[in-house]
Amino acid sequence: MHGRPRKPSKPEDEAASAAKAQKLRALQSQFLHNHQNNIYTKEAVELSAKLLEINPESYTAWNYRKLAVEHYLSLTHSDSNPESLNSIFQEELTVAENALRQNFKSYGAWYHRKWVLSKGHSSVNLELRLLDKFQKADSRNFHAWNYRRFVAPLMNRSEEDELKYTEDMICNNFSNYSAWHNRSVLLSNLLKKKADGFLLKEKVLPEEYEFVHQALFTDPDDQSGWFYHLWLLDQTVKVDSPLLVSSWPAHGYDLMLLGDSCPSSPFTSFHSDSGTFPLVLYFNQAVEGVNSSTVSVDCELNTIKDLIWKPLSANNSQTAQVWVTQLNFIDVEPKAYPVEVSLGHSQGIISSSGFHYNHSRFAFRVCVQPVENGSAKRLGGDVMLWSDEKFHIYDAHSQESSPVISLDQLSIQNNHETTASEWRTEAIAKEIDHFRELLSLINCKIGKLTLARLLMAHDTMICPSNKTHFKEVLELYGDLMKLEPSHVQYYKDEHSLVLLQQVTSSKESLLNHCFHYRNLTSSHIGNPICLRLNNLSLSRVGSFDKLLWVQMLDLSHNELQSIEGLEAMQLLSCLNLSNNVLCSFTALEPLRSLKSLKVLNISHNEIGAHSIDTTRYLCSSPVSHSAGSEWNPGEIINADTDVKSYWEAYFILKDLNLTQLDIVGNAISDEKFKSFLIKILHALKWLDGERLH
Amino acid sequence: MTTSDLPPYPPIDPTTFDLIIIGTGLPASLISAASSAVGKSVLHLDPNPFYGSHFSSLSVPDLSSFLNSHSATPSNTHDENLTLTTRPLFSDVEISNFAPEILDKHSRKFNLDLSGPRVLFCADKSIDLMLKSGTSQYVEFKSVDASFVGDGDGKLWSVPDSRAAIFKDKTLSLLEKNQLMRFFKLVQGHLSNNESEESENGAKISAEDLESLFVEFLTKMKLPPKIKSIILYAIAMADYDQENMEVRKGLLKTKDGIDRLALYIASVGRFQNALGALIYPIYGQGELAQAFCRRAAVKGCLYVLRMPVISLLKDENSGSYKGVRLASGQDIFSQKLVLDPSFTVPGPLASAPCEQIQDSFQVLSLIDDKVKVARGICITKSSLKPDISNCLVFFPPRSLFPEQVTSIRVLQLSSNLAVCPSGMFVLYFSALCDEVNQGKKLLHAALNALLRLHVSGNAENSSTVRSEDTEHVKPTLLWSALYIQELTKGQFESVSSTPMPDGNLNYNDLLDATEKLFQNMYPNEEFFPETSEPENSEEDAGLTLET
Repeated sequence: MHGRPRKPSKPEDEAASAAKAQKLRALQSQFLHNHQNNIYTKEAVELSAKLLEINPESYTAWNYRKLAVEHYLSLTHSDSNPESLNSIFQEELTVAENALRQNFKSYGAWYHRKWVLSKGHSSVNLELRLLDKFQKADSRNFHAWNYRRFVAPLMNRSEEDELKYTEDMICNNFSNYSAWHNRSVLLSNLLKKKADGFLLKEKVLPEEYEFVHQALFTDPDDQSGWFYHLWLLDQTVKVDSPLLVSSWPAHGYDLMLLGDSCPSSPFTSFHSDSGTFPLVLYFNQAVEGVNSSTVSVDCELNTIKDLIWKPLSANNSQTAQVWVTQLNFIDVEPKAYPVEVSLGHSQGIISSSGFHYNHSRFAFRVCVQPVENGSAKRLGGDVMLWSDEKFHIYDAHSQESSPVISLDQLSIQNNHETTASEWRTEAIAKEIDHFRELLSLINCKIGKLTLARLLMAHDTMICPSNKTHFKEVLELYGDLMKLEPSHVQYYKDEHSLVLLQQVTSSKESLLNHCFHYRNLTSSHIGNPICLRLNNLSLSRVGSFDKLLWVQMLDLSHNELQSIEGLEAMQLLSCLNLSNNVLCSFTALEPLRSLKSLKVLNISHNEIGAHSIDTTRYLCSSPVSHSAGSEWNPGEIINADTDVKSYWEAYFILKDLNLTQLDIVGNAISDEKFKSFLIKILHALKWLDGERLH
Repeated sequence: MTTSDLPPYPPIDPTTFDLIIIGTGLPASLISAASSAVGKSVLHLDPNPFYGSHFSSLSVPDLSSFLNSHSATPSNTHDENLTLTTRPLFSDVEISNFAPEILDKHSRKFNLDLSGPRVLFCADKSIDLMLKSGTSQYVEFKSVDASFVGDGDGKLWSVPDSRAAIFKDKTLSLLEKNQLMRFFKLVQGHLSNNESEESENGAKISAEDLESLFVEFLTKMKLPPKIKSIILYAIAMADYDQENMEVRKGLLKTKDGIDRLALYIASVGRFQNALGALIYPIYGQGELAQAFCRRAAVKGCLYVLRMPVISLLKDENSGSYKGVRLASGQDIFSQKLVLDPSFTVPGPLASAPCEQIQDSFQVLSLIDDKVKVARGICITKSSLKPDISNCLVFFPPRSLFPEQVTSIRVLQLSSNLAVCPSGMFVLYFSALCDEVNQGKKLLHAALNALLRLHVSGNAENSSTVRSEDTEHVKPTLLWSALYIQELTKGQFESVSSTPMPDGNLNYNDLLDATEKLFQNMYPNEEFFPETSEPENSEEDAGLTLET
């Protein structure tokens, strides 16, 4: 239990415990003998009870008793006397109870009791009294709470009664994680069932906020209430049915599909050698079931039929937040083709919590330009240099007016829930006021963190809002980094995500980071815009929903350890990740999905510098089963020794058509490794700035 | 009640004792138990037929007659120069019975405290002493369920005295909850740092602050007035207005305030089945004096009740005290004598050679001579709060009328403490005052705020006299006794006397005074030496708490 000092053992205690151990060993060996020989005599079974009373942690003994019960059941089956059946199970309940008296946190004993009750031969009426006893002894005992959740439905105890019980327990002592947690479980069920009095979230949640405030304000140092508050916040913010947050191409977009260097809007033009381009759907949460029957793409071209949708997820699952397919405009008559995408007209796009996507549609136009001959050599023909002097601030005014429109269209506006969610914004605004007040009194880390989360939730809810809180939130995270250095990485990550939201929140702020890349020696490309997010101390990247259009991205001179989520940027052809702290190839896994990537700079990172790479375990590898069909077992066995020693690099890079790679300044980068790279990257023309033959 | 009705006692044997004690009030009983415990031979007499004297719990008729007899001016008829005379320690006794038909039936079923309102803190010295002396086995306690602060309209605000109580409180704002809890934590931090001698987290109240006035410290801690008042009067239980600089009486220093909070905090949760900080003995406060008497008897003290003492005997040569003459006519001799506060020795007695101690004894006189306690006992048929049976109510200074300079305390008890018939409630009121009218005004103000007083001619179930909030009707007053009690200090001479019940809720000051008295009497003896009886081996196990 809590807060009780441990007494040092006295010599006589030690002697006693030695004697006890002696006895226990004798008992144990006798018991094991019985177990191995399947002896289920009365004496043998009683022996196991004795053993369990002394040592409830003896899992073998619990198992033995289950076998013994089954043995007896098989014997009594013929005469089918309910009395004897009852007494068998009653005996088990007694043994379990005695064991729990010895140690009320014994997993085996609680589990055995569950097992007995699940057989359905015993009365459950005494269970609550037993539980009350254990929960009085230690109100936070999560075993007892777990068991309570198991027993309550068996007894037909209503969830409302159980909810009241959590309230009583919290009133007795509100630092009780178990009680708060059970409350969240019960409320979720009641809300889901739309039980009487729990029909409307907007009625229930404000009362819960009020309740948890009592705990948070009385003792902000106690964390249990904060966890419940976080759950409430999630319940408030969470929109049940999945939404499409953005897409590429976006609604109303005029896409110039360039065969050649016609100068055009850098935002809307897309250069494709093959005449294909990706269609990307970006949802607010992971969904499954995106396929040609749930998403129809209508265009006059026959080629756009039976599209194959791919989930962009790291763990190879069939649920993902981002889905992509390739649209094919090869050898078509140069003209404008209207395309209409309609989602969810037949049900099937489902969120992980089981909610369906509501029907929606968007449309764009693809303008296919005439292809001129002799334009095959483009990017990659010349080395791409990331030096600052190559970049020129993008001046929207001097350019044509189209990007201004198109930038506004970059995000889809979700008006679906605005009327329904008035109570949500109201609840969040109220919370913000409360915590501002609390922080005016005391300096409270978790209060600051909560306020930061609330402000961000507020900003995302009233999406096109003029009044954003980015500055305040960034300051809060800045404070937190100083206040609590032990969690600095978490705060830095959050800070990075907020910073990126700020950058992408408006046209003006985004344009500040948009640059023209001008290489004097070439004039070929339709001058794509480079988004430069360098030198921002980013430790994480986010806001990808607003960045689907980006073809050149500079993330150099940050503090990135991972590029999680970058796979959504399907148009990316040039990526600069130099001077970060990426420490392995496995951290680059998102690159595998970026089929257009041509130019990659990962120089001056820490790849190969760390002998132990923890990201390896998160990432699919030849030895992990998650890699599935992508790995041909023969491939690696038959491969030469280089592949074996550099399998991570091989795995990440083998399917990319890189023409230029910079890897200098990493521990792994030696001559041997370079020659390995040249071997596997067939299209590579430049390695570390040197032209290859 | 008169002694003549009773059969005569057999003569007391032996006739010489180390100590004779007259009166079985709590301090006297403590002296008797403590002296017996260190092997003194003690004769403990009481003219009353019950234990407890001014600390006893009595039925309605016994209480009335005790109050009346102790407020009458005694007739000085005896001629001998050392006749023991009684002095009236009660005055202005007003007993009113508004429902004789109900009360007369049950009047013997009450155990009304003469010294009420009185409760014990779980971490009190008196509890420690009871555990240490083994007296706890004779008494059972129950928790006081709640404390409230009252206002002139009779509205009761619960006193958030613990973390759970602050959490549950419905009247404090969120910010007030935060401020109050932070203050408690500061005090707790201060106390635990004091214990460990080393201040780790700096949560220590500075020496300068400790010497300042408690009320100023609370202001410095930015506590809002409402919380300040709760802390001062309902937790630290200050007697006098702490903010009225004209009164300047009984002002608590921060260190005193912290000590009182420490007692409160240590009390909450000392016993697992006690709900809050305060407990009350089943069958009334009189049980405590009786328990110590039983303890003394176990250790060999001889008890004779219903035995008045007529006069003191003087040694003819030295002129000093040598014994007492009982009403039975028997003379008993002892070295020392301790008197009930209601007796005075008129004639001069040669003092024992201990004048220097006499001086030091003045330290005990904490209270101004003028100060009296106004007490009231009321009987009702319903509770102040429908869902609560035993509770305390505090009326801080100025909460009832502007000139109210002292705090009024009210204790409601129910039949589950075996102090009244079931379905009835007993309320005790007390307040310090300088003179009778002021005291009565305080009592009446509190009575009016809490109870529905009988207006002659009004039927009991008159629906017109409802209080404003229709949800709960104020309890109707059935019976009341209001009286003013003198405060006397203990005295140490060759003949010592014990103090009267003070104006506090607990016995701590009385206990200190009694211990001091004992140590003056027997400078070389320990006040209740640690007993080695097995029942006390596990400290708190000795206290029985009914839940």
